Amino acid sequence: MIRFDKVTKTYPRAAGATALRDVSFRLGKGEFAFLTGPSGAGKSTILKLLYMAERPTSGEVRISGYSSTKIKQREVAELRRRLGIVFQDFQLLEDLTAEANVAFALEVIGAPRATIPNKVARALTQVGLASKATALPRELSGGEQQRVAFARALVNDPFVLIADEPTGNLDERATRGIFQLLREINASGTAVLMATHDLELVRRTDYRCLELNHGELVFDSADAPRIEAEVE
Amino acid sequence: MLAFRTALTAFRRAPLLSVLSVTTIAFSLFAFGLFGLVALNIKNALTRVEERVEIRAFVAQGTAVEAIATAADEIAKYPQVAKVDVITQSQALERARSELGEFKDVFESEFLPASMDVKLKPGFRDPASVKAVAGQIQNLDFVDDIRYGEEWITQLYRLRNIAGVVGAALGIAFAVVAIIIIGATIRMAVLARSKEISIMRLVGATDAFIRRPFLIEGSLKGVLGGVLALVLTYLAMRTLEQYLHFETAFFDRRMAFVGVVFGALMGFMGSAVSVGRHLRRV
Repeated sequence: MIRFDKVTKTYPRAAGATALRDVSFRLGKGEFAFLTGPSGAGKSTILKLLYMAERPTSGEVRISGYSSTKIKQREVAELRRRLGIVFQDFQLLEDLTAEANVAFALEVIGAPRATIPNKVARALTQVGLASKATALPRELSGGEQQRVAFARALVNDPFVLIADEPTGNLDERATRGIFQLLREINASGTAVLMATHDLELVRRTDYRCLELNHGELVFDSADAPRIEAEVE
Repeated sequence: MLAFRTALTAFRRAPLLSVLSVTTIAFSLFAFGLFGLVALNIKNALTRVEERVEIRAFVAQGTAVEAIATAADEIAKYPQVAKVDVITQSQALERARSELGEFKDVFESEFLPASMDVKLKPGFRDPASVKAVAGQIQNLDFVDDIRYGEEWITQLYRLRNIAGVVGAALGIAFAVVAIIIIGATIRMAVLARSKEISIMRLVGATDAFIRRPFLIEGSLKGVLGGVLALVLTYLAMRTLEQYLHFETAFFDRRMAFVGVVFGALMGFMGSAVSVGRHLRRV
């Protein structure tokens, strides 16, 4: 479903900045995996390569039948309709209510208008925010805002949820809530790839963990025993 | 339809920014419009002066009136000629008298020669054409002398050419400035909505879909700015007329329409460039 094949990514403008070096891994259908590593290790780059905001300098990214070497700009939009993407900073539109923020994701891909209210209500119920559908983002707590972002990501029934530090801005309690939500989402069949540097969270579970350091994949719990990082 | 609604929503969501961009478009088009008005009036004035270009062919004393009339008919058939008036000796005297006013009594007899006054069609009033027609007329054996103010026409045309070149250069400069300013305002509108654009992209909206409301919004702003500029230009003209007692011509309907379309086009292109640049970056 997702396959990274010897992927290297360098950014031409930043001198000598190799964001990823020779990274290969697979993520199966319905799988849950953490992507960990210090800041600048290449976690976000992997996610950007997944939703094709970036293309590899060499190697190939394959996701749901699309290949980074062949995909056209129009197909990128098609691909993203089948992905759910969530960020640390929620990325909500401040002047739209929770339900309008979720509906926005359907409207802009031209979903039939009649189907929108039902889908929005279902997504908000799934994240436990049905009672706050008409609240504006500023009237919601951080955890609740992130739930709205999750509802927006889920409203199109994605096959994989890509979450870039989704708990990075949240307190301990909200983090636990969001993580629980991620488990539920995964239990319903959606694959989850979550970038985080919250090692506590990773250790508490037995989900697969991919660890990056300086752009290299230094550990994959699917290939245990552990390969020690040769750094610092 | 959704794109149109989104464009209108954008007006409602950021009223200040929208008013600012419409005003900016209006004022840059206003400057362009004022310049256009000045250019139009100079052109009209020159055309009026040009209409007075004529060739006067003086006829030798004693030529039969019939011969003059036949020649005049011939000349009227020249493709460059609009009209030929035959001025008899007595008419010439009348004209001299009326032009001289209080000194009219100094002429007593018909000593002035008869003439043919030849008016030329527009497009044939330049020095070369006038000279060519004059040369043809001079070939008639009863034509004594021919006058057409060669120097005056040359000067007039030099002035016209200078006005044309300066006008075109200034016009292009004004248009470029207007396009840059409008582009910058629309860029602000795009930046103000950059978050919305990046969310649209993330959830899988196509670039065409994202672009559409901005293009509509830009065109609408351009139309509004254009209409406002037209009103401002009109008011400015009326004010000038009132205080300077200066009769001026205003744009006719076609020109006004072209101006508004020009505004819409600039809004459209400004948006297209700004959104395009933004989409390439995010």
